[in-house]
Amino acid sequence: MSTERTITCQELTEALTDYLEGVMAPEDSATLEAHLAVCEACVNYLTQMRQTIAATSRLRVEDVEATAPDDLLAAFRAWKRGEPIPEP
Amino acid sequence: MRSDEETLAALRRGDEGVFVELVRQHQALMLRVAWRYVRNRTVAEEVVQETWLAVLSGLGGFEGRASVKTWIFRILVNRAITRAQREGRAVPFSSLGGDRADEPAVDPDRFRPADDRYAGGWKRVPEPLPEERLLARETLGLIEAAIAGLPERQSLVIMMRDVEGWSSEQVCQALSISEANQRVLLHRARSKVRSCLESYLDPAPALT
Repeated sequence: MSTERTITCQELTEALTDYLEGVMAPEDSATLEAHLAVCEACVNYLTQMRQTIAATSRLRVEDVEATAPDDLLAAFRAWKRGEPIPEP
Repeated sequence: MRSDEETLAALRRGDEGVFVELVRQHQALMLRVAWRYVRNRTVAEEVVQETWLAVLSGLGGFEGRASVKTWIFRILVNRAITRAQREGRAVPFSSLGGDRADEPAVDPDRFRPADDRYAGGWKRVPEPLPEERLLARETLGLIEAAIAGLPERQSLVIMMRDVEGWSSEQVCQALSISEANQRVLLHRARSKVRSCLESYLDPAPALT
């Protein structure tokens, strides 16, 4: 007897990260892909998720002023000379 | 890009250029991560500073089992936790609270109810986001605000994974969390950012 498994659109939205991360069991991936093959709405959802990831990757952690690089450089020079690093 | 072995060798020889470059490369994210724990800019800067000193102290003994980057962030996170505890702040990674596993990726109202013939199907179909608006500067600002508004753990994970391009393994090592936990946090974070983008960019009225 066939025990063809299916998932709903809602279930797909919860499983998508596992799918994109490539950690889903092969049979679960197959179930998800079978759903995508017949559901344009979920294909669009997947597209939105990929667009989200791509857009997020364009952000840069803001270029904050490096905190006192002179202090750090002094510490590095001290370390180089084999002097003790000031215990923070 | 310099390999970890080359970076370590250069640091151990006392190459200042490589040290300064390493500081520049990680400083901004370090400050963000520290701030997420201690919630105070000055204290976060101190934690970052302490971390670099601890990195120098530990350089001789570092065996390279983890990457240099994850090693630095492990030190940072440990110091930030210690500081946060000392300042009486709850530490986001010390407990399982704060991230509800049942938090849905998409508003349940977007789906047909359980008694519907098509239960769990979309009520209003999602559309691909308009690319040209996605690239606009104000959209980037929206993403930034969405990430800033996430719970701490989710915010750190999406910053490391999707903004900085770290691997899941590196994030797990730096934050001392399991792969499964990392994935749940990433899932919640991405889902929320997607939802913000959709409601901001979707030309269709939010009707069902």
